[in-house]
Amino acid sequence: MNLGSILRTSLVAAGLTVGAASGAFAQSGDTIKVGILHSLSGTMAISETTLKDVVVMLIDEQNKKGGLLGKKLEAVYVDPASNWPLFAEKARELLQKDKVAAVFGCWTSVSRKSVLPVFEELNGLLFYPVQYEGQESQRNVFYTGAAPNQQAIPAVDYLMSKEGGEAKRWVLEGTDYVYPRTTNKILEAYLKQKGVKQEDIKINYTPFGFSDWQTEVAAIKAFGAAGKKTAVVSTINGDANVPFYKELGNQGIKAKDIPVVAFSVGEEELAGIDTKPLVGHLAAWNYFESIKTPINEAFIKTWHEFTKNPKRVTNDPMEAHVIGFAMWVEAVKKAGTTDPNKVIDAIIGVKVPNLTGGMSTMLPNHHITKPVFIGEIQADGQFDVVWKTPDLVPGAAWSPVLEESKNLIGDWTAPINCGNYDTVAKKCIGKGK
Amino acid sequence: MWQKRLPAWLLPALAAMVVAGTALAADLSTLVANLVAGGYGERDAAITALAVSGEARAAPILQALSAGELYVRTADKVVVIGKGQGKQLALTDAVSGKPAGTASEDDLDRVKINNRLRGTIEAAMGSLTLMNPDPRIRLDAANALFTRRDASSLEALDKAMAAEKNASVKRVMAEARAAAVLASDAPETQKIEAIAVVRDRGDADSLGMLQTVAAGSQGELKSAALAAASSVRQALAAWEAAQNVWYGISLGSVLLLAAIGLAITFGTMGVINMAHGEMVMLGAYTTFVVQQVIRGSAPQLFEMSLIIALPLAFLVSGMVGVAIERTIIRFLYGRPLDTLLATWGLSLALQQAVRSIFGSSNRDVGTPSWMAGSFHAGQIDVGYGRLWIVVFALLVFVILMLVLRYTPFGLNMRAVTQNRPMAAAMGIRTPRVDALTFGLGSGIAGLAGVALSQIDNVSPNLGQGYIVDSFMVVVFGGVGNLLGTLLGATALGIVNKFLEPYAGAVLGKILVLIFIILFIQRRPRGLFALKGRAVE
Repeated sequence: MNLGSILRTSLVAAGLTVGAASGAFAQSGDTIKVGILHSLSGTMAISETTLKDVVVMLIDEQNKKGGLLGKKLEAVYVDPASNWPLFAEKARELLQKDKVAAVFGCWTSVSRKSVLPVFEELNGLLFYPVQYEGQESQRNVFYTGAAPNQQAIPAVDYLMSKEGGEAKRWVLEGTDYVYPRTTNKILEAYLKQKGVKQEDIKINYTPFGFSDWQTEVAAIKAFGAAGKKTAVVSTINGDANVPFYKELGNQGIKAKDIPVVAFSVGEEELAGIDTKPLVGHLAAWNYFESIKTPINEAFIKTWHEFTKNPKRVTNDPMEAHVIGFAMWVEAVKKAGTTDPNKVIDAIIGVKVPNLTGGMSTMLPNHHITKPVFIGEIQADGQFDVVWKTPDLVPGAAWSPVLEESKNLIGDWTAPINCGNYDTVAKKCIGKGK
Repeated sequence: MWQKRLPAWLLPALAAMVVAGTALAADLSTLVANLVAGGYGERDAAITALAVSGEARAAPILQALSAGELYVRTADKVVVIGKGQGKQLALTDAVSGKPAGTASEDDLDRVKINNRLRGTIEAAMGSLTLMNPDPRIRLDAANALFTRRDASSLEALDKAMAAEKNASVKRVMAEARAAAVLASDAPETQKIEAIAVVRDRGDADSLGMLQTVAAGSQGELKSAALAAASSVRQALAAWEAAQNVWYGISLGSVLLLAAIGLAITFGTMGVINMAHGEMVMLGAYTTFVVQQVIRGSAPQLFEMSLIIALPLAFLVSGMVGVAIERTIIRFLYGRPLDTLLATWGLSLALQQAVRSIFGSSNRDVGTPSWMAGSFHAGQIDVGYGRLWIVVFALLVFVILMLVLRYTPFGLNMRAVTQNRPMAAAMGIRTPRVDALTFGLGSGIAGLAGVALSQIDNVSPNLGQGYIVDSFMVVVFGGVGNLLGTLLGATALGIVNKFLEPYAGAVLGKILVLIFIILFIQRRPRGLFALKGRAVE
């Protein structure tokens, strides 16, 4: 035997041992596995890595309380690397190979759309914590992030109000994929309903990871110099936000002249940039770290201890996972089992506290009730709440301003059991149960 | 006119005002108290009230409010201005201006404002700061008043203009006055004069103003406004084209930096190096490490951090390049597909290595102050960062040309490129030249990484965004030809930037790619092809 063949056989042997060991590891002990499907690398890692960390922490905390149904919870996380087809592969791996009881994951709508067929086929449960474009209500998905009527519409209402500056011209700036495209469709229809003319609306898209913002920001500046108050609604996602805000600062676009409200920029995305030139620009969320309630302060303290970093920030999608996880635990306790069908039935109506002092309920359309806050960026990267809804807003899966969806509702309770039920024609136009 | 005879009531009125003045001092506390109480709506009225009060303390208080430095001390509800870094702030009493000790941020409640209030404060400050000793502040105030188009600021502007000595500030004040006249009920002749002043300012705000005036008037005024608006529009269109040329040059300089190393390696050795983007990435990460070290041990050097990072990035990427050549590429000469695959695999390995060492999230590379912000050249916005990158790209290009032309190594490199067997026969050690050439090309990619760390996110995927663009530039400009790379990069940058406003970023890129494909059909060797017997 020569050196080459010895090397080859020992490598193969090593590979087999590692494979066997990991296989054994996956079935060790009597635990309930919880899957985490968030990008840990690539353009979305800036936003998603912290979500994986928070779910690991929640599992830890639940185990300290004695686990679930007498068993310990085990976190299983994978890295779909901001690669949308890979999300589907990894989802299949979590459900089939690791046999997780529920998955907490996805950020971009394209990643969620990629994994939907897998969750339907394998009857898994996905808790989706991020604000999205609506127009969806799937049996296997629970939307703990904001629907457009819980983020986009209130933000536009605020900018149109006297408090928000009475904006008359609008720039809708988004990343080129389904969430910004659909949200901008809804917003355009909504603005026109409110009497805004077509020439006062400018819509522009750029690819993921876009970094040369000079032309786009100059175009925003030019559009805003027509004499009417202009506002920018940004659905830019991922790390393209960093050069975008830097360029806004470079070209001297001040928030009091042309305010930018973003839907995908929170404390985490601002953690890496100098926010002094950005003071006054806005974000619309259902949670801000700066909101002072006892439950939020306790959460932040636990988070700082868990990450061993007192400067680590918390944000809205993290709160959505806190709510989603608590609801899942409640539903499993109520149903007495982790069986997806029983959990889906048991989870409707479950009420858990949110981190801003209220309660959140799981609705029949698999959305939840949330308060809406508009916050201004401060020099330290935190947000200052300048406006909030007086009550909790129930998430609407289907937008009432678009022709194709204004009569639709989602209702996964008997007798309707359908995600897109036409209330006028009284029939289910989608898949149903 | 009223100046002819002082009316009888004047003296008693003046006396009353003096009395009221002393009463006003007491009122300052009330004004400040109103400022901090209530919601945003009440605060709006309180700001205006404070501004028109004529109090000397009004300007510093409003300044502090705008900067987020106005607080209410939780213990005794005294309103203070707090300045300082970190947790401990030095306090001054807002009403009296006297020092009031120190306090931690936790013992203070900041007085909050929103965007609308910021606008109100700026308008208020505009009238207050027109007489400020600092000419820059007067200029900012005048510019702010111009955009506000506030008829009520006419008096303040007239007073300030009478006392103004600085020519450029006086011109902006005249423009602000013209805007105020247009917004007021002045007679038509005055408004037509004002239109001429606004037209001469010629920026986008002026165009908006002229269009609003044209829409809301008739007759001679309307035609004057329309004529002025169209002349401003034409001028702005010309400036916009110039702006696009600048953006194109700036994009071209980035492409040049990324591609010039590839032009050398691809040109000299015919090696398709798919790991070239990772050399750029390594340069960016070197900058990050240098900044971390400086932040930790010598913070005063931060402004020079990029200059310090340049030779280090060159060395790091250069040495990695030499190592790649000696260990992998050397065995694959004459096998282009294999080099393509091998370097592609290498790029993945390098990305993962960086991910394992530094983590997969983006790293924050700071911008030194001389690279932040922008200045106006006519109606064009020129960013300092971009300007320095253009200068740097040209410098790198010139130095490289000099190295190639006047150094022995450059001579050897050119010889090997033109005719390898003959060069070997002349006694040139071609393997050594190959390794050093690869090192040089990779080193320059490292320099590109230092520049790119300022305008793009520093992540393990940084190189992926530039590898296709680099090949595009090299193929378009002519393989192995530095001048071709320069012109190719500039041309592609300008074409891309001219397409972008019309076709959008995505479609613009697609059109440029299609253009290059068609161009290569016509001229397969690129813009400037290398001539030589042994060149393939």
